[in-house]
Amino acid sequence: MKRMQYERPVIQRLNVGVMNKFGKRTEYAPVTHIDGNSVKELLQKYGSPLFVISEKTIRQTLRDANRAFKTRYPKVQFAWSYKTNYVNAVCNVFHQEGSWAEVVSGFEYSKALHNGVPGNKIIFNGPDKAEAELKLAIENNSLIHIDHLDELYLIKELAINAKKRPKVAIRVNMDTGVYPMWDRFGFNYENGQAWDAINKIMLNDTMDLVGLHSHIGTFMLAPSAYGVAASKLSELALSIKKKYKKNIEYIDMGGGFASRNTLKGSYLQGADSSPSFDQFAEAITTAILNAGFVENELPLLILETGRALIDDAGSLLGTVISNKRLADGRRATIMDFGVNVLFTSFWYDHKVSPAQEFSQYTEDAVLYGPLCMNIDVIRENITLPPLKRDDNVVVHMVGAYNMTQWMQFISLRPAIVMIDMDEKAHIIRNRETLNSIQGDEVVPKYLKEFKL
Amino acid sequence: MKIKRNIALSDSGFVFDPSSGDSFSTNPIGLEIIKMLKEGKATQEIKASIVKEYMIDEVSFEKDLYDFVEMLGKLKLTEDAEKKKD
Ligand SMILES: Cc1ncc(COP(=O)(O)O)c(C=O)c1O
Repeated sequence: MKRMQYERPVIQRLNVGVMNKFGKRTEYAPVTHIDGNSVKELLQKYGSPLFVISEKTIRQTLRDANRAFKTRYPKVQFAWSYKTNYVNAVCNVFHQEGSWAEVVSGFEYSKALHNGVPGNKIIFNGPDKAEAELKLAIENNSLIHIDHLDELYLIKELAINAKKRPKVAIRVNMDTGVYPMWDRFGFNYENGQAWDAINKIMLNDTMDLVGLHSHIGTFMLAPSAYGVAASKLSELALSIKKKYKKNIEYIDMGGGFASRNTLKGSYLQGADSSPSFDQFAEAITTAILNAGFVENELPLLILETGRALIDDAGSLLGTVISNKRLADGRRATIMDFGVNVLFTSFWYDHKVSPAQEFSQYTEDAVLYGPLCMNIDVIRENITLPPLKRDDNVVVHMVGAYNMTQWMQFISLRPAIVMIDMDEKAHIIRNRETLNSIQGDEVVPKYLKEFKL
Repeated sequence: MKIKRNIALSDSGFVFDPSSGDSFSTNPIGLEIIKMLKEGKATQEIKASIVKEYMIDEVSFEKDLYDFVEMLGKLKLTEDAEKKKD
């Protein structure tokens, strides 16, 4: 007799009225393949856990974003936000699609150069640019976005020494009606700091003020806030034109568009509540088009969109280590990845799907990682089919910030695989080895030996 | 461990406890186990029957069975749970 597929016995109280209210069925529909590649085979070949990036999804998402803006505005340029995901293969997909690079540190600047991005297509943001890094950026004609006055004066000095006119923009922070207001970066609009900084640059004439920049927040759910920001930057650009007869070449709206993830504690599923690229594009382009620019003097619109362009393309595959019953009766499932690998589980209720077929029975569970720490919770409450040891899961929409903010803690970080347009898998970052961590350690000679 | 004798089972996995008015949903294996418990079968018999029918080894199943029975107790579907309540 052929034995049947086994599934752990489960029983769950039915709460009349709450049943199926949120139509959660799709949450645990099994996902057995990613772009034609079997989850099980990927894990066998590259080890568990494993990050998988869909090149197809990146290109489609970026094309969708480009379409939303370019059908509404004549001059649009995306710049890939390196901090969001700076694995080189990922960056290069964006560069192949025409994106410039947006970096916030010397390290990221070096990465962009290494990837072959021309210096004048690198936007250098952030409050901490070292003198040597600024020198290099000036040499390469990069777009330097000034964050504070100390930096402004340092660039002035470097420009005089180098006998070059650096291309600069200022970062402007402002009240866009959303809370919290990000006022620690750049110069404030409302209190006149921004206009003051502009005058300092224009009157001094050692630098070329080519742009105005703002980044009003991250995971923004209100397109109207971008409309306000675009109006204020346009107003500054028009004031510069009026006072100095100078055209500002570009307005950079930064990043911050929400992805389709669900913020922790949010009642609505992100996929239903996050605005589309079209909604953000409509708010931004309408504001610039209505600001009063002469048509052939419309500034280039730069976007540094990060998470909304890469979240969907990333998945984390993992394996069940064990099941437990907590003292209060809840099921606890322990996975082989924790908050060290999946940093964004601090922000999001990530969607998790089983990677094998199941019946329609489900149970409520807590998903834990393998770290010996209380904070290591992947989902505080999730409805899943009964998972058993060695079963696999797919965590969805993890492309942003995980492969840059992951922590090396008590184990080695996993490999990253990219599935190309023809559904072929390529390793784009090897699983770490002991040497990746210890390679830079130095043990003083007198500590090399001991007897136990 | 004894399951309450008066609970009602449907073939679709719907479980009803008339003494509390609570209803529950269980999967096919859960249903089979509850049926066997109702018939008064011993743990050993249940294990043998499931292992014969499904692709699972005895040690793994024993763990799941233990956990399932614990859950039945938590949901007050067992006689012992009933007694402890008094
Ligand atoms: C200056 C700047 N640009 C772009 C981004 C990307 O933001 P997001 O991933 O929210 O789109 C950030 C992220 O914090 C940023 O600081």
